[in-house]
Amino acid sequence: MVLTPILISLKTASVAILFTFVIGTALAYLVCKSRSAKLRSACDAILTLPLVLPPTVAGFFLLLLFGINGPFGVLLGEIGVKLVFSWPATVLAATVIALPLMYRSARAAFDQVDPIYIQAARTIGLPERVIALRLLFPLSASGLTSGAILAFSRGLGEFGATAMIAGNIAGVSRTMPIAIYSAVMGGRMDEAYQYVIILVVVSFLFVWGISIFSESRQDKYRLKARG
Amino acid sequence: MSLSVEIRKKYKGFTLDVSFRTEEGETLALLGASGSGKSITLKCIAGLLTPDEGRITVGDRVLFDSAAKIDMKPQARRVGYLFQNYALFPNMTVRQNIEIAWRPGQAPMGRGAAAGNTADRGAAAGNTADRGAAVDALLERFQLAAQALQYPVQLSGGQQQRAALARIYASNPEVLLLDEPFSALDSFLRENMQVELKHDIKGYDGDVVLVTHSRDEAYRIAERLVILDGGAVVAEGPLAGIFADPVTAQAARITGCKNISHIEKTGGTRFFAEDWGIELDAGREILPEHGYAGIRAHDFFVCGEGEGFPVSIDETVKGPFETSVLLRTPGQRAGDAPIWWIVPRGFDPFGTERLSVSPEKILLLR
Repeated sequence: MVLTPILISLKTASVAILFTFVIGTALAYLVCKSRSAKLRSACDAILTLPLVLPPTVAGFFLLLLFGINGPFGVLLGEIGVKLVFSWPATVLAATVIALPLMYRSARAAFDQVDPIYIQAARTIGLPERVIALRLLFPLSASGLTSGAILAFSRGLGEFGATAMIAGNIAGVSRTMPIAIYSAVMGGRMDEAYQYVIILVVVSFLFVWGISIFSESRQDKYRLKARG
Repeated sequence: MSLSVEIRKKYKGFTLDVSFRTEEGETLALLGASGSGKSITLKCIAGLLTPDEGRITVGDRVLFDSAAKIDMKPQARRVGYLFQNYALFPNMTVRQNIEIAWRPGQAPMGRGAAAGNTADRGAAAGNTADRGAAVDALLERFQLAAQALQYPVQLSGGQQQRAALARIYASNPEVLLLDEPFSALDSFLRENMQVELKHDIKGYDGDVVLVTHSRDEAYRIAERLVILDGGAVVAEGPLAGIFADPVTAQAARITGCKNISHIEKTGGTRFFAEDWGIELDAGREILPEHGYAGIRAHDFFVCGEGEGFPVSIDETVKGPFETSVLLRTPGQRAGDAPIWWIVPRGFDPFGTERLSVSPEKILLLR
């Protein structure tokens, strides 16, 4: 077994979660703040698409946009960057595919914050920025964290879109899921077993972590007076 | 700084159309049943809801004016809002809750000597040290020094209310809105808290608007009363005046008058109360607009033959200090509601054959 795919996968998922977390949380915040119910549901639908479409479809769109002749591909080309079939492409694929999980978790987390706290904060004169940083985000911390862990795990297991846009270049874009595919196709079942076991164990630990974490957070801030 | 409100807001099957104003430094109670629109009114003043049209001003500051397209953000209104469940930020200690509301150049208002001193220094410098001193003064004033580092979940209902008030004072509002402040408390705590709140808002220089469905609460805390029913103001005026003469049948009912009857003038000062089946003398001219009469349940007294009217006892409901007696008269129709009579606990109402009421206790209502 070669360790490189494990390292590439961890590196990809770790970098991707930074983008996913910031973009997903920011989008969820903006959508929550929007006053139009129609706009909110339209954004929800669009941002959930990568979750329900086959990852190959997402990969296909990424190729259209970031391929050498795509609009972003051309822009990147002008500054001398070729994204497709490179390691950053694995980050792009993992970010896009994991985004819906982060976005939806953050949306749900923000929605469950009692609006009365936000209203109280406004009447005592706190600016919206302070309300977000000191109140909304801390009160949503458990939802945001479990969303991030879920998104990280999803990024770790990303296959379809990665194969489409990043390819299968050993030592560059061969992540663990792709290495498993290659191993099975090449008849190297022992190698495939090893990757599979590692992936299952790592993913299990993360998802288990969410459960332990969210159990321990429950009731932390619940007010007596609400009952 | 007097608050003037004149707003309209339409909902499905409900229209809010209220206008009232407070005199400077006065405590006003908005009294009404649930669904009368009192909480919506309060939220419109604070800027948490937007009226369809109208105007809200504090002194010469315009908070909202639909004609001039002014709709100030809640942050800029300087309207403090005490929520029903106090809405203390659960992720912050009592101290942090108060600290975050305090801003440089502002300081807690009120008569407390310590608070007054910090006000001057806060306005001059407005730095962190001043904030600390101002918060200390507030914690002291609201007897929360021992709870400063505790989280809201650890506080009793009364402490939560004081912390919420301290937080509002730190934000230095010109108007203080109290939204059913006692509804989250157990009934035995409620009266203590009413006294405490009355004491706490005494030192407050701005106007206070209390929203409540309890006439007792309104009576204990406010000086002026606005009665809301179905989204409209049905009575407005000094508290004692409205309780003595509610003017309308709705206002009489909301101020706790149990007996209200449709009336028919029978001549001069006399009228026939259709729902009670009796004829009474109001002792004063009955005007054409007087369609109803009201008698408070405490105002009947037992009398002998030749006075008053005959009654029979239907039922009695015993309370801890008083007994409610439900009565009928021979003249009442089958569907008419019983007449309520409230007597002291030790009094035995059985055997009572005739009751009377002094003419001046009869409320003539529109």
